[in-house]
Amino acid sequence: MSTEAKSEVLARIRGALQDSPDAPQVRRAYRRTSGRPAAEIREMFEDRLVDYKATVHHENAATLPERIAELLGPSARYVIPEGLDRSWLPEDTIGRRVLVESRMEDAGTVLSVRDLNEVDAVVTSSTVSCAETGTIFLSGRPEEGRRAISLVPDHHICIVPAASIVELVPEALARVEPTAPITMISGPSATSDIELERVEGVHGPRRLDVILLT
Amino acid sequence: MSRTALGMPTIRPVHGHGNLHADVDFPTAAKEEMANIQMRANIRHATHTIRGKRARVVEELPDWQELRTAGSALKEQVMANLPELLEQFEKNFTARGGTVHWARDAAEANRIITELIEATGTTDVIKVKSMATAEIDLERHLAEHGITATETDLAELIVQLGHDRSSHILVPAIHKNRHEIRDIFLSEMPETDDSLTSEPRDLAEAARAHLREKFLSTSVAVSGANFGVTETGTLTVVESEGNGRMCLTLPDTLITVMGIEKLVPTFQDLEVYLQLLPRSSTGERMNPYTSMWTGVTPGDGPQDVHVVLLDNGRSAVLADPAGRSALHCIRCSACLNVCPVYEQAGGHAYGSTYPGPIGAILSPQMTGITAAENSSLPYASSLCGACYDVCPVKINIPEILVHLRDEDVRTRHGERPPTEQRPTEEASPGLAGRLFRRLPRVPSEMDVMMKGASTVMSSGRRMALAEKALPLGRALAGRDRAISWLPGMAGGWTDERDIPAPPRESFRNWWADHAAETEDRVRQDGGSRHVPAPDRADHTDEEDSP
Ligand code: SF4
Repeated sequence: MSTEAKSEVLARIRGALQDSPDAPQVRRAYRRTSGRPAAEIREMFEDRLVDYKATVHHENAATLPERIAELLGPSARYVIPEGLDRSWLPEDTIGRRVLVESRMEDAGTVLSVRDLNEVDAVVTSSTVSCAETGTIFLSGRPEEGRRAISLVPDHHICIVPAASIVELVPEALARVEPTAPITMISGPSATSDIELERVEGVHGPRRLDVILLT
Repeated sequence: MSRTALGMPTIRPVHGHGNLHADVDFPTAAKEEMANIQMRANIRHATHTIRGKRARVVEELPDWQELRTAGSALKEQVMANLPELLEQFEKNFTARGGTVHWARDAAEANRIITELIEATGTTDVIKVKSMATAEIDLERHLAEHGITATETDLAELIVQLGHDRSSHILVPAIHKNRHEIRDIFLSEMPETDDSLTSEPRDLAEAARAHLREKFLSTSVAVSGANFGVTETGTLTVVESEGNGRMCLTLPDTLITVMGIEKLVPTFQDLEVYLQLLPRSSTGERMNPYTSMWTGVTPGDGPQDVHVVLLDNGRSAVLADPAGRSALHCIRCSACLNVCPVYEQAGGHAYGSTYPGPIGAILSPQMTGITAAENSSLPYASSLCGACYDVCPVKINIPEILVHLRDEDVRTRHGERPPTEQRPTEEASPGLAGRLFRRLPRVPSEMDVMMKGASTVMSSGRRMALAEKALPLGRALAGRDRAISWLPGMAGGWTDERDIPAPPRESFRNWWADHAAETEDRVRQDGGSRHVPAPDRADHTDEEDSP
């Protein structure tokens, strides 16, 4: 690391700013808090997700395991982060098995990327969701896990507790820890690189199921 | 106001090198590119489609103008306090286990990155699309050191496998159609065979299969960054396909190259840019994936994390008070999509990594306007103002173009000594290096254009109309300034355009046709501007009056 380069770059910048420019005050006159009722916000969120070709399901604590079982299908190996509420999950069967993943080696399994590439699905919770843009935020909390587990498997089942849905981007960002590893997800991975024709599913999970949990 | 009027800076601006220089000057390149009919059809389709999408999602937000105003003011704050912010960023990024490197120019950045990769012992790296690494021509430099860098963005992969160049910031392979892409994949991807169709879905699937093993096995990734948050040391990458997440998450070592202008002061400020960028860029409410990381997180993602802070001419841009706002650019590409010149000429004609209206101001400022092959870029515009209207951070591109034309005229006519010589071959890798052996001189294009200007100026009426045509109704600061911006309209590349009619007769007729086209474009794009051609003297965005 060259301190010489640093000093020179900073000196150049200071030289460039010798006119001491006056920057205007930043006015945050844009919308920062929502005035909409929760039901409307939820509806907006769902509308945006569908627009992105994610599949949306409405469940409560009692119906959730059955839904997850159905989405996984009869034979699946799926991974969950260690902090996920186990009461949300269906019982294991001969064909369907859960793998609990921990990021700390002493607390459970740490799956290699190749292991993750072999599992069929991942189930995680989420930190907060923004309705206006249809965006789900993951921030590495125990119920969300490290980033690789929600990335490598081809099918992501993401649980969004209804109380965690806000309308606006500023409201959502205010609810995540800035220094956590953050992933914002708005629909399944997509590309429009070939003649601008949108194709869902490139490198990220090609299937995204969002479960709104009330 | 020009630099000279303020007195020469104590530190002379040091310009940038790398893929910033055109191989040939814009008029010549544009002529060649305009002959490529397939490419032009593809580009027209792309720009019109994205434009429409952008207009729809921008219209949805009742506070779009407030977001733009905040986005612009924040960047002004960043530029005014850049030394302090950079040092704070370094402190915070380092405190979280990351390593910060400073690079004065392309050669230094390339050397740092090469050494970091060599230290890991690998010769294979994966890359996620980054304009900064294209600017410094990293891939070629790494290849010279026996390191293979695989592009993972689908469009970049198409460009890389096709041994081609990017033509658009956002959709680099937009000049290729599906059949051309299939042919490239068939000849370059060993795992494909004749059963591959030219359906985009199949082609995307082929790319997924081709890159999957790379993602799982490669231990070093190189990325760019859309934003760097000063107060936390957080880096951000905005993307669509998930290749970014793969590169940022799976390898052991992550090296990020970030221009020094990419900082924002606080984490909260992302609430502005994460609304402005996706809507302006892909015309989506939000792009599929955005990743943020702050140094190293134990047990999650790369444990060896670096950022290279790149100057390469940015401080020279900052030195010009009339041009420095070009550094506010968040690379959304909205200005490309509305530009009639870009639509006609395509991205390759600009030569530099940065094409379109933003490239026309940024490249010559980074290299210095005296770099002859870039001095024609400020003329690559009809000054219609559409780029300014769509810019999410309100960069007044037409005004900077006018300013640069003025600079160009004055340097050529000896009023100001050139601030710097052309790059040496050693300091200037890639295109610029090849260029060096050819040294194309713009055949005193300005002098040719001056003749056109005198025609316009000979008529008082035409002169008045031309004056009003300036997007800001900017008062002409005397004869010199008028000369400096009028000529581009009459000369050079415009002779070759087939739509609209070339401006052979008079400026007035040309403008009458052109303004209607612009108005149409702005309407399609959801703009609210009234363009009473050519008598428009004001601008709808009140806050921007000079
Ligand atoms: S200049 Fe403005 S519109 Fe053009 S790419 Fe940059 S931010 Fe976007």
